[in-house]
Amino acid sequence: MDAYRRSLLKAVGAATALAAAGMVPLRALAAMSRPEKAFEATDPQGAMTALGDSAAESDQIELETPDIAENGAVVPISVTSKLPKTTRISVLVEKNPNPMSAMFMIPEGTEPFIQTRVKVAETGNIYALVEADGKLYKASSQTKVTLGGCGG
Amino acid sequence: MAGRMRMRARMSGDVAEVKVLMQHPMETGQRKDSEGKPIPAHYIKEVMATLGDRTVMAAQWGAAISQNPYLSFRIKDAKKGDTVKVSWTDNKGETASTEAKIG
Repeated sequence: MDAYRRSLLKAVGAATALAAAGMVPLRALAAMSRPEKAFEATDPQGAMTALGDSAAESDQIELETPDIAENGAVVPISVTSKLPKTTRISVLVEKNPNPMSAMFMIPEGTEPFIQTRVKVAETGNIYALVEADGKLYKASSQTKVTLGGCGG
Repeated sequence: MAGRMRMRARMSGDVAEVKVLMQHPMETGQRKDSEGKPIPAHYIKEVMATLGDRTVMAAQWGAAISQNPYLSFRIKDAKKGDTVKVSWTDNKGETASTEAKIG
């Protein structure tokens, strides 16, 4: 675990304690854990590195994306993690100007599942990055785009 | 402009399935208008979902989520009649929220 993650965990821990004491709204708690560096990265590797140690491929992550997307502006995606103690699910789109698209925090009592729609600039991989029991895992799937999702 | 939201929550087996549609342009900041001027970025950054005083989902988004975002998630330990509340905040500080009873 690198220094960035350690300080992040510390900040989140402190915020949780404050939130529990009713001192800061929960919204502030979510704001504190925004991985800005990952969102600013311009390639998937940079974004993944910003999220933590290198992720291991896992067949316990079900990533559903269309093989072919006619409209890259609206590409349905769902991620289900079968990894125990899943706490976070992130979605990255390889060829987008900023690949990091979303991070979902999954507390205990919520299923490790999310479904949404993303923009995909051009044919490439979509990655699901899952944090489970403090470790990172990933799965990827290629989506072929007929009409790009970021044009004017 | 506080965008509108539509939400549905219903029990599916022993899990509550929540589906939310948010009205938002989700501008990336990389597009140009007809006069060639850049259209400023305008996108939802944060989404929070609560069930009573419990946070059941929190998300951090970039501009790559599609226009008029759709989101679905599933809550365990929920029952019919419980109220789910979802709110978002965008990069301009605008917010919207809605709630629905689990049916």
